[in-house]
Amino acid sequence: MKKFNWFGDGGMSKNEMIAMLLAGGQGSRLGVLTRKIAKPAVAFGGMYRIIDFPLSNCVNSGVYNVGVLTQYQPLRLNQHIGIGIPWDLDRKSGGVTILAPHVKSGDESGNWFMGTANAIYQNIEYIDANDPEYVLILSGDHVYKMDYSKLLDFHKKNNCAATIAVLEVPAEEASRFGIMNTKDNDRIYEFEEKPANPKSNLASMGIYIFTWSKLREVLIKDNKIHPDSDFGMHIIPRMLSEGQTLYAYRFKDFWKDVGTIESYWQANMELIKTLPSFNLYEDFWKIYTNTGNQPPQYIGNGGKVKKSIVSDGCEIYGEVIDSVLSPNVCIEKGAVVRDSILMTGCTIGKGTVIDRCIMDEYGNIGSNVKMGVGENIANEDKPKIYNTGITVLGEHTSVPDGVVIGKNCVLYGKTNIGDYPDSNLSSGKSLIREEA
Amino acid sequence: MKAIGVILAGGNSELRLGKLASTRAASAMPVGSCYRAIDFPLSNMSNSMINKVAVITQYNPRSLTDHLSSSKWWDFGRKQGGLYVFTPYISSENSFWFRGTADSIYQNISYLKRSNESYVVITSGDSIYKMDYRNIIDYHVQKKADITVVCKKMVGKDLTKLGVMQLDENDRIIDFEEKPIEPQSDIASLGIYIISRTLLISLLEKIVPEGRYDIAKDIITRYRRRLKIYAYRFNGYWSSVGGGIMDYYNANMDFLKKDIRDMFTKQYPYIFTKAKDEPPVKYNDGAEVNDTIIGGGSIINGCVYHSVLFRRVYIGENSVVKNSILMEGCYIGNNCTIENAIFDKQVVVSDGKHVYGSEGNPVVYKKGSSI
Repeated sequence: MKKFNWFGDGGMSKNEMIAMLLAGGQGSRLGVLTRKIAKPAVAFGGMYRIIDFPLSNCVNSGVYNVGVLTQYQPLRLNQHIGIGIPWDLDRKSGGVTILAPHVKSGDESGNWFMGTANAIYQNIEYIDANDPEYVLILSGDHVYKMDYSKLLDFHKKNNCAATIAVLEVPAEEASRFGIMNTKDNDRIYEFEEKPANPKSNLASMGIYIFTWSKLREVLIKDNKIHPDSDFGMHIIPRMLSEGQTLYAYRFKDFWKDVGTIESYWQANMELIKTLPSFNLYEDFWKIYTNTGNQPPQYIGNGGKVKKSIVSDGCEIYGEVIDSVLSPNVCIEKGAVVRDSILMTGCTIGKGTVIDRCIMDEYGNIGSNVKMGVGENIANEDKPKIYNTGITVLGEHTSVPDGVVIGKNCVLYGKTNIGDYPDSNLSSGKSLIREEA
Repeated sequence: MKAIGVILAGGNSELRLGKLASTRAASAMPVGSCYRAIDFPLSNMSNSMINKVAVITQYNPRSLTDHLSSSKWWDFGRKQGGLYVFTPYISSENSFWFRGTADSIYQNISYLKRSNESYVVITSGDSIYKMDYRNIIDYHVQKKADITVVCKKMVGKDLTKLGVMQLDENDRIIDFEEKPIEPQSDIASLGIYIISRTLLISLLEKIVPEGRYDIAKDIITRYRRRLKIYAYRFNGYWSSVGGGIMDYYNANMDFLKKDIRDMFTKQYPYIFTKAKDEPPVKYNDGAEVNDTIIGGGSIINGCVYHSVLFRRVYIGENSVVKNSILMEGCYIGNNCTIENAIFDKQVVVSDGKHVYGSEGNPVVYKKGSSI
């Protein structure tokens, strides 16, 4: 392999392990929430975006060289990451690098990243330039805290070609995951994607460490056959068939793929429990984020906040119960917000009542609106996405005074009173106003 | 018009702030849930496009230098300009502590000499205000002033701790008295000065060797006839935390007023502070909070009324906090009552304890106390 070091051979910048964070996915099952942004940029837990979790895990584990692979709607992600200041990833050597699809010489049209492994394949040059011993592959879609240095120790101890982090899932759910079948000491002998009759309950978390020289070889071979080369579908089975050593690393803590509206809502609600199973208040494993300036929050006279988490800059004059609020949300007098997730900059007018809703950034609800009422009828257009009673509003959506909105509704854009027959949007309806 | 900044953060206020200032300079006093006093002048500098700023400090600078350890939060992390922190040092010619405001700049005169910007903006580090210094420089130029002093009409306030000035019909300063026993007007200096860099250098090189060390007394008052010294009338919000316990208490409680809070936190340009990466505030089942600002990372199980809570404060079940200021990391156990109190950082109150101050005379506990 051609070795090249940015700092010359005398430099001490050799990286034992670098991370490659796959952040290009759309997350289409999150519906209107990912209309304008990639899934890793979706807000989570009030202050954070989903990508903050793997990024913070990296720096907390001592991995200071992170390549972030973007593709779908990367603008917000790029703004959020910047030069990596919030994570101390603004470094002289290493730090964070955004890796976007690009045109390569001899191939004038350029290639999108066609699969997870193909994305890494297209960035072999970047990895070679950093000359690591090991490469950590992460996904920007998951919420968890993990010490990757322990994963690396495990990988080195077993002298593996690849180590795959796995979660023990309930047997009845195993058929929804990529399952690792192992024998003694968790050595993997078989991988099955969503098996009908699972032989084990060890689900892949999409977190891998590869010995770079081994992965490099397989990537080059596999991409000749599969232009959409994928770690689960192609790379892992190929390595197994070549007889390479692959081990499963059992992770026993909180891990959530917040891939659907319901699981996204559930994972947020986990944080408001008196003793949450996912604790953001620990000092030794902080989650860092790009917060801008962080003014205090104000609870006014008549304000009532219970069983909720509320972020910087919020102004609350009404009631907030069992909810998660991002920064700079304003709840006016007499308004009631229950079981809901309100993202940055949302405003709720006087006397409005909101139940089980997710509002994306800068939503604006007028006064005396009722949202999330009526029967639980699945959404007419996208019943697979909106079916658990949660009404979802996309970013910059506004709702006029006095309307009644049902369950499983989807709203997007500036709506006005004429859009609501009898001031009503019944359960399961969609109201999408494209911007002019 | 290009300018450099000087923030005088060396004031010793232990006499006036007592226990609260024993571990920190007045400029490092925590204010408004998540700021320190110096964030306000520093952000004003940054927002006025002054990107080279010296902070001159002397008393208890540890928490101040810690706060300033990275200049990126105020956008001063640059190749051109940046943030300088000057503390007293010993050289072969000089082993003095700073003997006054003018002396503290004089001892760092190379900062002025090595710059090439036309003007210097000098401000104290313990005042809470929002100001675009560019407007004052414009005024300074338009008035053809030698020095401009920012002032504010303070009707019905105690002016005996401030500099009080008398102005002629053109707002030229005709008299200036520092800490007067009998104030002759209600126009007080805010300790903010605009002066040309070269004039400041020549004045300092003249007065300090004469044994005169104070900007107000030895430059403004003494030179008021020789130089054209004008007052700029500022009408916005201004308060100082260095003047005493009640000044500090009131400056914090001012953040509960919507117009003042919005001015600092919601209206551009914003006040910056060091990022601490705290999670959201968690309100559990027993939480009841009214008329209170709270900093990130706090956990509330009890009642809080008309108070200022900083970051990472814990309030236990069935506890009541009223009219109080609780700084970062305070821990209030279950079944406690806290009224009219100022708790410095990390004060721990065990279950069932009661602490009462009185209105106008809050009880103060120093950093790390346990009750």
